[in-house]
Amino acid sequence: MTYGEAIRAALRDAMCSDDHVILMGEDIGVAGGPFGVTSGLLGEFGDQRVLDFPVSEAALVGTAYGAALCGYKPVVEIMFMDFATLAMDAIVNQAAKAHFMFGGQFSVPMVLRMAHGGDIHLGAQHAQCLEAWFAHIPGLIVVCPSDAADAYDLMRAAIENPNPVVFVENKTLYRTTSAPRNAENKAELGRGRIVLSGNDISVVTYGAGVQWAKDSAANLAVDGIDIEIIDLRTIQPWDEALVLRSLRKTHRIVICHEAVTGFGVGAEIAARLADVGFSDLRAPIRRLGADHMPAAYSPKLESHSRPDSEKLCRAIKEVLSYA
Amino acid sequence: MSEITELLQMYRAMCRIRKVEERLSALHKAGDIPGFIHSSMGQESVAVGISRYLTVRDTIAVTHRGHAQSIAKGLALSALFAELMGREAGTCRGLGGSMHIADSSIGLLGANGIVGGSLPIAAGSALAHKLDGAGNLAVAYFGDGALAEGIFHECINLCALWSLPCLFLCENNGWSEFSPSDEQFSGDLKKFAAAFNVAYHFTEGLDVSAVTQMAEHIIDAIRTTSKPQVFEVSVERFHGHYEGDAQAYRDPVELAAARARDPIAHLREHLLAFGIAASILAQIDVELTVEIEIAVNVARASPVLSTNDAFAMVYAS
Ligand SMILES: Cc1ncc(C[n+]2csc(CCOP(=O)(O)OP(=O)(O)O)c2C)c(N)n1
Ligand SMILES: [Mg+2]
Repeated sequence: MTYGEAIRAALRDAMCSDDHVILMGEDIGVAGGPFGVTSGLLGEFGDQRVLDFPVSEAALVGTAYGAALCGYKPVVEIMFMDFATLAMDAIVNQAAKAHFMFGGQFSVPMVLRMAHGGDIHLGAQHAQCLEAWFAHIPGLIVVCPSDAADAYDLMRAAIENPNPVVFVENKTLYRTTSAPRNAENKAELGRGRIVLSGNDISVVTYGAGVQWAKDSAANLAVDGIDIEIIDLRTIQPWDEALVLRSLRKTHRIVICHEAVTGFGVGAEIAARLADVGFSDLRAPIRRLGADHMPAAYSPKLESHSRPDSEKLCRAIKEVLSYA
Repeated sequence: MSEITELLQMYRAMCRIRKVEERLSALHKAGDIPGFIHSSMGQESVAVGISRYLTVRDTIAVTHRGHAQSIAKGLALSALFAELMGREAGTCRGLGGSMHIADSSIGLLGANGIVGGSLPIAAGSALAHKLDGAGNLAVAYFGDGALAEGIFHECINLCALWSLPCLFLCENNGWSEFSPSDEQFSGDLKKFAAAFNVAYHFTEGLDVSAVTQMAEHIIDAIRTTSKPQVFEVSVERFHGHYEGDAQAYRDPVELAAARARDPIAHLREHLLAFGIAASILAQIDVELTVEIEIAVNVARASPVLSTNDAFAMVYAS
């Protein structure tokens, strides 16, 4: 099963088990969305469960929120994460705050699916990784699965959760497959996963970064470097305990993500570790993200500005060379 | 029910809101209520007229000027006062305040600090009502200022497209904060509705009976057709944008004329002319004063939520 198919399977299973789960989004019906995630679901569940929305992102998320206040569990597709900018009021001012500002009277069981990331050459307005924005907002949960197995489990968990969940899907992963996961490693919200156990350095990452880290591990093994890879899976709240345990073992850390480096997820984790993990660190914390520029259209220019396994290997070696 | 009994009920309902807001104004002035409060004094006929035809299962999403809309839908006064005083006994445990007051038990989906914020919430609730198929409807209260927001266009399009049972209720008080409406919106709501094939109705809010009669007809039509409708009511904003706004930017003559268009005074004259004794109206006033003072005392006795309890509200579990 691919990542995209796993998300579809999770949506279908959730819709079968709870008839208040509805899908809302632009072109999610006959077309199945730009990445085909919802294809077939309109035929299976009908147009009262799969609501093909006009091109109105503010109303899309705003009405999903209104329906969630009234007992539905909408799963919204925002075609590209960049388009969430048109729905920020509904996400940030309304949905994220409802449980708090209404004193717990209402919960908002809503999932906002959005595709992030570059490498498919759509230019600056179809490639952004804005997860740090959402992670900054109290009241939101932010997840980003890195493989098909997690995508299924996290989607089921997100739909079950009574809070608004931003479900970030990486575009380059839609067609990837993964082995089934044993029950003990089943993804839950807020729990990261040790993808590879190692002793020399911890690489904390999520989304597309997990594959870069795996490729790096293979390359570095040739030089006798043994890295530990942590897939955060959930960005807000991130699994601090897991990362700290790893740091206590390896004492060195690189945080890698596709989003631009500055003011990002890596910045938050680095700052926190510098505080609560200070005595365990034997080298400065390194962040590896995209350069501080929009995604360039030209493939060569775009790839120059993004992280990859080569850059990650270099960053790891630099941190290891710190005396 | 005789017409006079109905008029007396509406008189009481409007006076109740007016007196609550006069009390809120005094509490705000005295420093017992923090922040912004936006009074609906002068606009009471709208919420009172509409709410007569709403059931507890119908939902409303209201504006920053939402006290009348909320009280008319059934918000308990002690919970209202406590909320605005930031106390635990408030409907939102003191975490929402005037601009975010909500009550799940009466279908009040929240006041909103965002102009136009009520529109998609009501549209989404109307979607839920349609999917539920139980014949309930949603009301989107909004001010004339929200006409200049893009979300208005998105929501009316959606509700028309999908036949959602949503009442778009525009309380047009001629002002958006400190600017007159005609400096904010070049369109015409009637034509706007027509462009989307949505039925449009208008009345003056001075006469609560006119609002009520139209509301009955409109709400009935929305229930039976499951189609949205627009209802615009022109009203006057007595107390400025927020409490403490002296409205120095308004022409004093125009303002005095506006204040003379008072739906409560208008109905009172009508009742007296009808032969209702002034003592009956005075009795209503006394009863409301007692009810309000009890509510204020309940609110005052309530503590403030603990910081830990507030923190625990960020996420639902
Ligand atoms: C999105 C947004 N923009 C601006 C404001 C500031 N603001 C608060 S009320 C208001 C005017 C609203 O006018 P109207 O909708 O007519 O409501 P009224 O105050 O007249 O009841 C403005 C501009 C806001 N709260 N939200
Ligand atoms: Mg106005």
